[in-house]
Amino acid sequence: MRYLPLTPQDRTDMLAKIGVAAVDDLFANVPKSKLLKGPVNLPHAKGELEVERILGAMAAENISASEVPFFVGAGAYKHHVPASVDHLIQRSEFLTSYTPYQPEIAQGTLQYLFEFQTQVALLTGMEVANASMYDGSTGAAEAVLMAHRVTKRRKAILAGNLHPHYRDTIETLSRMASDEVVSLAPNPNDAGADLKAVAAAIDAETSCIVIQTPDVFGNLHDLTAIAKKAQDAGALLIAVVTEVVSLGAVTPPGAMGADIVVAEGQSIGVGLSFGGPYVGLFATKQKYVRQMPGRLCGETVDAEGRRGFVLTLSTREQHIRREKATSNICTNSGLMCLAFTIHMSLLGESGLRRLAAVNHANACDLADRLADVDGVTVLNKSFFNEFAIRVPGDAAKIVEKMAKNGVLAGVPAARLWPKHKALKDVILVANTEVNTDDDRAAFVAALGASI
Amino acid sequence: MSMNNQGRPTSAGETGTAAAHPTFTGNKALQIEEALIFEIGRPEVSGVDIPAPKKVKARIGKLARNEAIGLPGLTEPEVMRHYVRLSQKNYGIDTGLFPLGSCTMKHNARLNEKMARLPGFGDVHPLQPASTVQGALKLIDTLAHYLKELTGMPAVAMSPKAGAHGELCGMMAIKAALEAKGEGHRKIVLVPESAHGTNPATAALIGFEVRSVPANADGTVHVSDVKAALGPDVAAIMLTNPNTCGIFEKEIVEIAAAIHKAGAYFYCDGANFNAIVGKARPGDLGVDAMHINLHKTFSTPHGGGGPGSGPVVLSERLAAFVPYPFIRVGKGYALVEEGGKLDKGEQPFGRMSAFHGQMGMFVRALAYMLSHGADGMRLASEDAVLNANYIRASLADLMSLPFGNQPCMHEALFDDDWLKNTGVSTLDFAKAMIDEGYHPMTMYFPLVVHGAMLIEPTESESKASLDLFIAALRDLAFAAKRGDVDRFKGAPYHAPRRRLDETRAARTPILRWTPPEPFKEAAE
Repeated sequence: MRYLPLTPQDRTDMLAKIGVAAVDDLFANVPKSKLLKGPVNLPHAKGELEVERILGAMAAENISASEVPFFVGAGAYKHHVPASVDHLIQRSEFLTSYTPYQPEIAQGTLQYLFEFQTQVALLTGMEVANASMYDGSTGAAEAVLMAHRVTKRRKAILAGNLHPHYRDTIETLSRMASDEVVSLAPNPNDAGADLKAVAAAIDAETSCIVIQTPDVFGNLHDLTAIAKKAQDAGALLIAVVTEVVSLGAVTPPGAMGADIVVAEGQSIGVGLSFGGPYVGLFATKQKYVRQMPGRLCGETVDAEGRRGFVLTLSTREQHIRREKATSNICTNSGLMCLAFTIHMSLLGESGLRRLAAVNHANACDLADRLADVDGVTVLNKSFFNEFAIRVPGDAAKIVEKMAKNGVLAGVPAARLWPKHKALKDVILVANTEVNTDDDRAAFVAALGASI
Repeated sequence: MSMNNQGRPTSAGETGTAAAHPTFTGNKALQIEEALIFEIGRPEVSGVDIPAPKKVKARIGKLARNEAIGLPGLTEPEVMRHYVRLSQKNYGIDTGLFPLGSCTMKHNARLNEKMARLPGFGDVHPLQPASTVQGALKLIDTLAHYLKELTGMPAVAMSPKAGAHGELCGMMAIKAALEAKGEGHRKIVLVPESAHGTNPATAALIGFEVRSVPANADGTVHVSDVKAALGPDVAAIMLTNPNTCGIFEKEIVEIAAAIHKAGAYFYCDGANFNAIVGKARPGDLGVDAMHINLHKTFSTPHGGGGPGSGPVVLSERLAAFVPYPFIRVGKGYALVEEGGKLDKGEQPFGRMSAFHGQMGMFVRALAYMLSHGADGMRLASEDAVLNANYIRASLADLMSLPFGNQPCMHEALFDDDWLKNTGVSTLDFAKAMIDEGYHPMTMYFPLVVHGAMLIEPTESESKASLDLFIAALRDLAFAAKRGDVDRFKGAPYHAPRRRLDETRAARTPILRWTPPEPFKEAAE
């Protein structure tokens, strides 16, 4: 077995040193009847080549995003990641290290976490950010719990145009924690109405309102007024961003008064990977820092006075506070933070702005082309790189048909809102820098042929 | 002095100590000081060339971001150098022995990285039509089959994103099952004092109250103590097995029976599963729910603190409550999401996160399992246990074992009794290990042992590697005992940084870079 260095002779010598006759003597605490006599009923060891054949065959059964004109978004986006990013994150010292509990030999990890936290704070327009959550959705659920701690209230209001998976994640955790959640109905036609509904729902028990922008249909929201309305009522505004590239073009939630910003960072540096691992960004105001979940990296000095970094404020965390911790989170998304921070360092401000501009322009181009297709309506007045269209017919069937014709067209809204009949004819369409004019022409042709 | 014919010296020349020769840059040859990207980068620079956008009518309206963001940009050569230099300040498994107890720092095979990057896995979207991702769903289902077979459990929830998230999923399933039975009044969760901090934190997160169960002199939980703590208000026990002291709970079957008899559930923290893969099955022991850290037992890389992956296997009593989404195998592979048609008895309790779990980790874990096979996984566990016991047996004469010199599982736990009156603490000892080229063991955990040192070598170490490690620890132990305190108190001397001031970091937290204040004019 290529991964196990002990030889049979080593094992014999070591058992002798330990003073037992057989390795099973070391398993003496396992009840005899429960100790397996031999290997379980699974195939035996295989060489690299055989494993590659098996997994390669499974991989080949999927259509990958790069193979076809690809417009699927709704919380995960196909972007180009520079080759250097994947090379660097596979450096052994990054890939095979642990959580930086021994800072003297983990300054590499700690320094990039410090850089990551700073980039996230700048990007979201907030004062501080943590060293990541698992992903955007779990970050959103943690943000709601944090708001409950800050406000000492236990009711969250979720905008109707919040990604349904985020809503379900928050609802599940809240229900289990016996907290109240008010989830409003989706409103693809009138983005302004969604915010009005949130505003109307705020009451004296409200701990927080959760609003996504761009929302799940792609609409952009000015959160300034509703932030004030929430704060006047003693509640916090949690802003959710599932497409962080938008922050290169759109006013960040921090500048509109958000108290907590959670985002899915996958778009920067992290591949689609069928939904994970991704990286949750979590940022807030300085005054709430001690109520934050997750790890935080802070600057300090070493015994010789040199700048260095450590994990800090760990008295919030489970390994110190146990049942009184701000969260149970332990492992987060270290390596994905690294991918994010490398890609963001490569882009820089000018690159991010340009990337965002290209995304937006491509999406505008597609929207204009689709608006010309008979029977198709673009629902958005505003958007960044994703918008919703209404099609004549069952959207899921049309998307499936288009897939057969070699175009992955987007997400039928019915997949996310199976019970909303009014959304049966809606498709969420994303368009990023990877899409060419040819891709957009193929989309229009395939859609025309499928309706 | 010997010279070549150009007059260039070829012998090592005179010696001196490094401390007497500080450098101008602060660099020490290959160990290079590195500024932050904010100090190197410039806002107008980019390492990514992007063509100009099309001219279109913008749809952003009044929400355009006009203010400067403040993000620095670096070209590709600058980025490469920056992050390579940072990497060189890190210790990884590939650097050397990484005996971090409870963390299972085993070898990360590069085949697994390669497989996860196949476009059919790495470049597919979670919301593509199911017809276009049959292979991805098959992979998840295959991994699920392996996990069920290895644990002897009938069901598994694949979506949790890390161990603690898996704990949360398992405890939610228990809560859902209790509520379905009309027993929502059961609020107490028993947690041994030796448990990982995530256990009580998880229970508390969803409204359970934590009741401690004492640890005993032999390092295990006794069924009598569990029985004494059980009552009609008890929902579950959260027990780690093998436990955090590195010992297999020998009364586990009796404990499980007592819990079930009391109408409660048995949550097992599977962080230490690596000791028993292919040797014993949690399902046979009476476990109702157990998370599996794919990033420990099945070798998906820790990546400096994640990503993890924490599927939860569930017993027959909890199987109905597997959260969305889950896979159903029929004509092909279907993903059952909210609103999907449920079979009789299926009662998903909700959703743990967006999408379907940590696919990238699933691929790596399955590559590990296929490579090892049933025989190799069993052997790996045996070797992990053998290696830990070899260390225990080789250090037992010098370092103290809190529970006597009995066999351990995959990790050996020492306390600091043997350091009494030496002036050296567990922390000092750990830091001196850094100078010897080793990552320290887990220290001060579990909390039930004073000055704990938890050593988990894993199966990835050769005997030669273990022998050298043991020799280094013995040398350190002798040094501590003969009073060579300086070697410990100032350690590490040779790492990229000396000990860091954690108090200062927490007292006045600096959590992000800010531009330096411009120098004020003296004449102001």
